Amino acid sequence: MAHRLELRDIHKSFGEVQSLHDVNFRVEQNEVVGLLGDNGAGKSTLIKIITGYHQPDQGEMYFNGELVHDLTVPKARKLGVETVYQERALADQQTLWRNIFLGREIKNAMGFLDIKKMRDETHRLMVESMGFTSLAVTPDSVIKTFSGGEKQGVAITRALYFEADLIILDEPTMGLSLEETRKLLEFVRGIKAAGKAAVFIDHNVFHVYSVSDRVVVLDRGTVAGEFMTADITLDDLMEKMMRVAQTGSLD
Amino acid sequence: MTLHTEHSASPRMEQSQELSVRLTRFARKNASQLGILSVFIIMVIVFVFTAPETFQSKDIYASLMFSVPLYGIVALPLTMVIIAGEMDLSFGSIMAVGMVGFWYAYDATNSIEIGFLVCLVTGFVAGLINGLIVVGFGVPSLIATIGMMFFWRGVVQVTIEGSMKTFFEARDSTLNSILVGETNGFWEHEMFWMIVVAILVWVILNRHQFGAHVYLIGDNEASARLMGVNVNRTRIMLFASVGLASAFAGAMSSLQLSTFFPTLGDGQLMPTLSSVFLGGTSVFGGTGTIFGTFLGCFVFGFIKPGLVALGLTGYWTQFIQGSVIVASVAMHIFIQRRVE
Repeated sequence: MAHRLELRDIHKSFGEVQSLHDVNFRVEQNEVVGLLGDNGAGKSTLIKIITGYHQPDQGEMYFNGELVHDLTVPKARKLGVETVYQERALADQQTLWRNIFLGREIKNAMGFLDIKKMRDETHRLMVESMGFTSLAVTPDSVIKTFSGGEKQGVAITRALYFEADLIILDEPTMGLSLEETRKLLEFVRGIKAAGKAAVFIDHNVFHVYSVSDRVVVLDRGTVAGEFMTADITLDDLMEKMMRVAQTGSLD
Repeated sequence: MTLHTEHSASPRMEQSQELSVRLTRFARKNASQLGILSVFIIMVIVFVFTAPETFQSKDIYASLMFSVPLYGIVALPLTMVIIAGEMDLSFGSIMAVGMVGFWYAYDATNSIEIGFLVCLVTGFVAGLINGLIVVGFGVPSLIATIGMMFFWRGVVQVTIEGSMKTFFEARDSTLNSILVGETNGFWEHEMFWMIVVAILVWVILNRHQFGAHVYLIGDNEASARLMGVNVNRTRIMLFASVGLASAFAGAMSSLQLSTFFPTLGDGQLMPTLSSVFLGGTSVFGGTGTIFGTFLGCFVFGFIKPGLVALGLTGYWTQFIQGSVIVASVAMHIFIQRRVE
């Protein structure tokens, strides 16, 4: 079976800063891949290439074994990629239903919105997936009144609603309470159980280790190494991470 | 017995509770619009009672229907630009640029209809060029459109060399009476067109994907891009729409006088911008309503005749206009803080 996603020899520079070089990266069909690396290692750039936000300067991308050129955000979505961004990518002053359907509103051929359907769907999602029970929250509630965890719930629900099978989570635990973090990790295990794939990016080695099948370590714009979590203990992984940070080499 | 009363009372209580929840929700959601609506109503009441000869006669309302749309028609699409977090200051000059297009076409074909169409296209293209400059070079729109304000005025000066153009024959045309005529000696058609533009812009902003993207871009541009919204195209179209509306308003203004003055649109800036901000649109983008701007236009329009009718000299006009603008914007900010 083809890899769900494969990147070959990806290069990306911003002006004179080389952000990624010679990056090879793959995700299998039903696998959670943890992406670890220090600040500036290139994690976010790699994610934004996979989601079509940035275009690589060099290199090839395969989705389900097929070479894809000129990936854009809408194109990546059609290929089943959904992202929960670090910054959550929510519009704070807008209503909940507008945020759920941000950038891909339900509309007719002329571009007119089906607001009733979006509201109804949002209401259903609120009850079924976001866990909003308070009567004060409606599809017309404005996002800026929500807590960090609630906002993350919105971002995740949005990613799931559109039936993606490769879900990318960029630092999803940032700003979450302990309980919210636990729920989030449960959710990532849920992706795996549903037969889908995920890329999980986090600073926290514990979180990454506990949900990932495989861990890829990025350092200074390139892949420093990768491990199956089944083959390595948490202590060894942490030791290697420390060594990479200090020396740039895993061993 | 007690039980019985309780049972019969509770559904009614629930009903009235639900009603009050709904009312509160409605009030919170539309707080800004209710604010400007109250300002408008209070103003009308004050004028009607303090200057009854003027404000209980039809003439003043006909006169407002004649003059307010000239900036209202631009203020409505400008609201979308400002919601998207951008600014356009060049619309006054584009009003005149559109009329340059009108004049050349009219001069060549002697057809006011063709002139009008060319006028609209010219305005649209001028707005498009504004948008391309903002998006293409990444110049902040406030600065870019200050530059373009001078540039488009310069285009007018260079092409018609500062002379005014008259077309009194246009007075008898059907298009003239459709655009700037009146019905029953009272209903000024300018007002009709302002309502048409308001409905059109409202539908685009609230019921079309374009409008959804406008709010989104003004609220969080980075999110919009991450979520695959074509930010650049939306922005360009926004500037083009203001260009189109400006040309339309410029044509109306010129047809009212059957004369095109090269200074057309000078002095347009403040009434138009004031109306948008009076209506509660945030200069930071992300929020704003067409209803608010529509009322804002009339709040602004009422001030001058109101003061004259009250017997105050024209010296007071700007003083009061300024006070009303500052007070209204302060009110909007106060309401926003209270509601959130």
